Amino acid sequence: MFRWLVWRDLMLAWRRRADVLATLFFFIIVVSLFPLSISPDPRLLKSIAPGVVWVAALLASMLSLGRLFSNDYVDGTLEQMLLTPQPLYLIVLGKVLAQWLVSEVPLVLVAPVMGIQFGLSPNTLVILTISLLLGTPVLSLIGSIGAALTLGLRGSGVLVALLVLPLYIPVMIFGALAVDASISGADPQSHLSLLGAVLALSLVFAPWATCAALRISVE
Amino acid sequence: MKINWYKYASPANFYPVAGKLVPLFGIPAVLLFILGLYVGFFVAPTDFQQGDAYRIIFIHVPAAWMGMMLYVLMAAYAGIGWAFNARLASMMATALSTTGAMFTFLSLATGSLWGKPTWGTWWVWDARMTSTLILLFLYIGFISLQAAIDDPRRADRAGAILALVGVINVPIIYFSVQWWNTLHQGATIRLLNKPTMAPPMLAAMFIMLGACWLYSVAVVLMRLRCIIIEREYEAGRPVLTSARRAQLSRMESV
Repeated sequence: MFRWLVWRDLMLAWRRRADVLATLFFFIIVVSLFPLSISPDPRLLKSIAPGVVWVAALLASMLSLGRLFSNDYVDGTLEQMLLTPQPLYLIVLGKVLAQWLVSEVPLVLVAPVMGIQFGLSPNTLVILTISLLLGTPVLSLIGSIGAALTLGLRGSGVLVALLVLPLYIPVMIFGALAVDASISGADPQSHLSLLGAVLALSLVFAPWATCAALRISVE
Repeated sequence: MKINWYKYASPANFYPVAGKLVPLFGIPAVLLFILGLYVGFFVAPTDFQQGDAYRIIFIHVPAAWMGMMLYVLMAAYAGIGWAFNARLASMMATALSTTGAMFTFLSLATGSLWGKPTWGTWWVWDARMTSTLILLFLYIGFISLQAAIDDPRRADRAGAILALVGVINVPIIYFSVQWWNTLHQGATIRLLNKPTMAPPMLAAMFIMLGACWLYSVAVVLMRLRCIIIEREYEAGRPVLTSARRAQLSRMESV
């Protein structure tokens, strides 16, 4: 059931490739905006690189949250998912996994290329990729709570941002600090460990909160 | 004397009780505010390092404590309202949210005002200030989520989830001064050890905290009464307030 659900979501996303690629290009464009608008001074770029890449990842991930449940809600599939004897926890986990594979993994793969724009060293690029690899699942998981809470509301796009960004802030701080530490030569181990801990916690608890939110929103 | 507590779980029955409680908490609140500010400004000694600028602590610290405690209380009431399907508890959570947001904003603002003359900066991204800012955003998120949902019961339950997910932030704010060594100092007031502040300063801070609590109870109950009237009217069960009762009896006698 779990594998089938992930496969179904991946196929549906493949049929709407444009949506997915739009998020990726949004990320690329936003990251490129900062050197253009601030200044191409290499030292400045090195110091703002972690923050810029992470903020862009946050914003891109928030944009893709709308797609998580709304299509299924609109055609009634979500209600059927709530009624099945299969645990809703696994259904939610499957959908979040599919959304992560489709929206966030391209970001993670493109991030090293973005890092080159900012003149980061290969070592730092590796740390950047690892931090995003640990952090983006958390963004998807916590974002799914926001998406479930605002299901079907008008103006839900901005509302999701308002709800979910405060919860994203710790993830972003640890991720950016890890890359920062690598740039300045310190050991990013502690920040990456904290990111891993947040990932472990959200992997267990976030789908549970999302299930409760779905049951409330679909009433 | 046996009190039937469950009777007061009905919004219409709790409405007059709240009305009687408001002045009972409001007047002592004003008195304690006056006393606390007097002790804080005239009795507490001038600080050795910071001079007289430190006196903003008598607003800053109680406001910060209230922001955190009201969030936990709000999450608890919202959780009770969700678990027991008790709409009065959820109405209480909605009433608490605005006051909590106000206190959190006040703590950030007074902190900034304190920071400029003392440490030379309006804002520093230290662990406690950042997590308190997140607390303010959580309050704002809670208020906007409830405002965006038309169905009041769905709004209550959705708010409960958001409040309960965010409650993890409050211990983070509390322990942030132990875990990260940034601007805010470590805890001065501990449960078991002797506090390291001068007694008049400590007294003033606790008097102001008491004043803030009494103020919060009074104001939240006032807001709760407004929420009760609005929601019960929209649900088709208008609350018979004393003003309405007087109006009806006037109409009857005509």
